[in-house]
Amino acid sequence: MLAMNYRGPFRVRLDRDKAMPEILHPQDAIVRVTRSCICGSDLHLYHGLVPDTRVGMTFGHEFTGVVEEVGPEVTNLKVGDQVLVPFNIACGSCPFCKQELFGNCHESNTQATAVGAIFGYSHTAGGYDGGQAEYVRVPYANVGPTVIPEGMDLDDAVLLTDVVPTGYQAAEMAGIKPGDTVVVFGAGPIGIMAARCAWLFGAGRVIIIDHIEYRLEFARNYAMCEAYNFESISDPVLFIKKTTDYFGADVCIDAVGCEAAGSLLQTVTGRKMMLQAGSATALQWAINSVKKGGIISIVGVYGPTLNMVPIGNVVNKGLTIRANQASVKRLLPRLIEHVMAGRLNPKGIITHRVPLEEVSDAYHIFSAKRDNCIKPILIPPRAA
Amino acid sequence: MEIKKQQNNLESLREKFAHIKGWGHDIDPTNEPTHPMKHYTGDDHQRIHYERPTQQQPTVEILKSNERPNITAVHGTSTPPSGLSGAIRRYAFRYSEGSFGHWLPLLLADRVNVFEGYIDDFSKGHIPNIFAEHGWKAEWKHAPWHLVRKVATTAAVIGVGIWLLSGDKKKKRRFA
Repeated sequence: MLAMNYRGPFRVRLDRDKAMPEILHPQDAIVRVTRSCICGSDLHLYHGLVPDTRVGMTFGHEFTGVVEEVGPEVTNLKVGDQVLVPFNIACGSCPFCKQELFGNCHESNTQATAVGAIFGYSHTAGGYDGGQAEYVRVPYANVGPTVIPEGMDLDDAVLLTDVVPTGYQAAEMAGIKPGDTVVVFGAGPIGIMAARCAWLFGAGRVIIIDHIEYRLEFARNYAMCEAYNFESISDPVLFIKKTTDYFGADVCIDAVGCEAAGSLLQTVTGRKMMLQAGSATALQWAINSVKKGGIISIVGVYGPTLNMVPIGNVVNKGLTIRANQASVKRLLPRLIEHVMAGRLNPKGIITHRVPLEEVSDAYHIFSAKRDNCIKPILIPPRAA
Repeated sequence: MEIKKQQNNLESLREKFAHIKGWGHDIDPTNEPTHPMKHYTGDDHQRIHYERPTQQQPTVEILKSNERPNITAVHGTSTPPSGLSGAIRRYAFRYSEGSFGHWLPLLLADRVNVFEGYIDDFSKGHIPNIFAEHGWKAEWKHAPWHLVRKVATTAAVIGVGIWLLSGDKKKKRRFA
């Protein structure tokens, strides 16, 4: 079958002879992929920043598909069902899953206890091949995969596997109160979605900060928010203080993670020398920009070692920090309702539809931010 | 009095943001966002004594974090450890997840694995098209001058490197 194949930092290709996935567990399903996204967090893998990313692996944790085969213990799905598959692999029976922490399942990732399992996201996240392929093995098929409601566009459905839930949970964790000023760092797909979702929680003002002008312009239109280029405002922390009467934002959301630009020290130590788990510039700005007693919500991805952040300011300002991988299954009923009612328009962020065969080019365009790319999706030849 | 003030404030916000579809739809004063604890069930106190799903039988080598007692009920089987990178990865898994001794060898193994990937390709008679794998076709289409600059810079650096390594310059000058 066709499948994306990681060959090393900044190098991926399409394999035409990858072995078909097999049922390895009674709760497995085999899904024929119909849509598969490249996620911003896939770029951390593509850039070689996530430990235990092995050559030959297939990435892809955002996908929809058609159920082709099910294991003997699968009761919630049948062959032929069109499903969207949450990026978390979750058993549904461990104490964490029972608390709806589906991103923190204890029975899916042998390699690391601090990370739940994620499709196609290195062996640190479980060592599962992902959905940037024609077919994919989906474990715990009774738990994660959700039948796509009739009438829902596949392009909307595929974004419900990660982008929308992660953006929504970023806003949810931020504890937004009516009228709050919300600052989102990062105008990638997740940041844009978090800004859009902040309105659902009653935000009074939403500001997004980035340095890629075309993304800021996109965010202004899509998320109906203010958008500022930190390169032109010089000191984003001071800017936010001034624009909030020297008070600070009520809430800050870090939707950037480990590849943040904007601080020479963070960039050199985090991204170039890898002395810390990526560059924590956005988190540093978030901590310093939020008001005393404010809330920081983190959905940006960081590596597993450590980062330099002003933790003293967290203590002295009495901040609350909330963070997690999105618990997609928990959020899906609410989000499906929002999409079907037209309150959210996920497919509006898709800018590039690329055949799976051109996966190398798609990764490069997204990574190098060419052609005003916001969100690329891959379409396998057998998608129809 | 306070509640009425809040209600008036909310109504004025609703009016102000009426143009944003869904504004305030998920405002719920009882929904204090204390996730992950809001769905606390107490199940954690059972520790690992819960009913586990059926165990997937390992068919490839699975490296296990030493912070857990067993292999998870399901596990990924992609790209099992092999070769020198595999040996480094096995070494890394002697250390816990809180240790640099775990993560730094894994990063090293990833880099070694890239070279093993070339050897694997050549051994199968496949010569990798590195330019295509880097997505240079897209770069040529969308940013040709960037690509030209990158190629020129790389060529210059390689040229200078070769010149510096090409023997005793003083000796060459003396006989010139």
